[in-house]
Amino acid sequence: MKETPEQTKKPIEMQGVSVAAVHEPDFVVLKDVNWTVGTGDFWVVGAPQHSGKSDFLMTAAGLVPLVAGSYKFYGNPTRIFDESRLADRLRMGFVFDHSQLFHYLTVAENVALPLSYHQNLGENDAMAAIDELLTVTQLKPVAEVRPPDLAQSWHKRAGLARALVLRPDILLADNPLGALDARHSFWWRSFLEELSSGHAWLREKPVTIVVTTDDFRPWRGDRPKFALLKDHTFVPLGSWKQVQSSDEPLVKELLAAPMEAGQLT
Amino acid sequence: MQGKLASFFRSEKKWLRRAPLPRTYSDFLGRKLFVFLLTAQGISAFALITLAVIIRKFNVAPAVIRPMMRREIARAGVRLLPMYLFVAIVLGFLAIGETVAAAARLGAFDYIGTVMVTVVVRELGPLLSAVLALARVGAANVIELGTARALGNVEALEAAGIDPIHYLVVPKVIGMTLGVFSLTIYLILTALASGYLFVFLQNVPLTPGVYCAEIASSLGWQDFVLLALKSCTFGFFVGIVSCYHGLAQPLRLDDVSRVTVRATTECIFVCVLIDALFFFLYFRA
Repeated sequence: MKETPEQTKKPIEMQGVSVAAVHEPDFVVLKDVNWTVGTGDFWVVGAPQHSGKSDFLMTAAGLVPLVAGSYKFYGNPTRIFDESRLADRLRMGFVFDHSQLFHYLTVAENVALPLSYHQNLGENDAMAAIDELLTVTQLKPVAEVRPPDLAQSWHKRAGLARALVLRPDILLADNPLGALDARHSFWWRSFLEELSSGHAWLREKPVTIVVTTDDFRPWRGDRPKFALLKDHTFVPLGSWKQVQSSDEPLVKELLAAPMEAGQLT
Repeated sequence: MQGKLASFFRSEKKWLRRAPLPRTYSDFLGRKLFVFLLTAQGISAFALITLAVIIRKFNVAPAVIRPMMRREIARAGVRLLPMYLFVAIVLGFLAIGETVAAAARLGAFDYIGTVMVTVVVRELGPLLSAVLALARVGAANVIELGTARALGNVEALEAAGIDPIHYLVVPKVIGMTLGVFSLTIYLILTALASGYLFVFLQNVPLTPGVYCAEIASSLGWQDFVLLALKSCTFGFFVGIVSCYHGLAQPLRLDDVSRVTVRATTECIFVCVLIDALFFFLYFRA
């Protein structure tokens, strides 16, 4: 089947991009990032804590302006998604590290919020519209619970459901496996793989996925492409095999592999 | 947050607040003046942006925003009514009743209407309503928005393509404006009625007809217009200042109490400034 011009456009193309810290716009956390994400790609970007993973992902999400360089989102030059770029913004779902749910709304209300706002749906219509999503994310039993009464693992899942409610083309997830128990961690990996290959909720459309992590091990597999944030630079690593064979000490650290004394970064 | 709200924080220059104490009093006053001007600039810009959003997005997501507006009107209006009625009765007994009783003892019935209109309708009613709404709802708004800001809810809204000003600020500002306006009317009417009750209990020879006629004769159309404008302006700015401090700057949870105190102080300051402005309008009218 022949690809349309829209399909040939890359979701993310960064050239010489410098990334600023979210809470300190004058501080550059990453320089000269050259990175291209193709449609249907599954990227895993690894770095230790406080290395700028969230800043990098929020810049890719258009929430933080670039300091320098060029960023194209589906071919459109982008610095930040302002109101004029709402259509582009809605093609991207973002899962925050700490979920960022509204504590005075129930899980279902949090998930439904983007849908009710953008499609002007009343409460009952919005709840009916998210019913299937709550089922596939297994959030139905906790749908009427407010986040403060809920375990942290479910917060993340609610954050994921909220990011998916508008059926985005690309999903960015900031450290999605952080602080999850084994059961939730397994569910997340399986679910993201399903999304990547085409999930029924998204009408079998494969989603382009970028996740950040401070541990590469859970992401082993043939599908993901790996990259590393090291010394304020973005280093593409390649496939899982290349990650495993890498001599880079920081990669070994993120694989929690035994290292010789003095190799810790 | 890197959208339109972020510029306020940058413009306010954190360094100006955290710099060491200046060596002279004139430097100290100069710094205070700078901080005042920068804050005034930030609040004015925030107010203009909020007004623009109210107008431009009047028909955006009404199914979401209008129920929130109704909730805010109930919160800043209907639910405060019992407290306002209590304060109005006490105010009527203490201030109006005693003033009317004293005027009656001096035989100065002719001045009762003028005093009531000047003190209660023009000054005390709107100002007291704004201060009470600030204490009960404005401070809560700062805490609510400050916590939302500290927990990253604003970034979550932006990531979902939802304008934080439209979703978080507009319902609160409209609720506060309409709430303060309505409560001012109730407060004035109740205070005037309870004032007469006190006079009646004191056996002052003043009939309800004369009391009402005195007040009515002292009221002009300007009083109604300016009362509506003044109470709405108070409500609008209490809403704006409380939302500005809760939302327009990056906060940590431990900053919330500090900005709440600051917002409360500035709200009172802004209300007094607006009151002074309206004094000139009354004077000219």
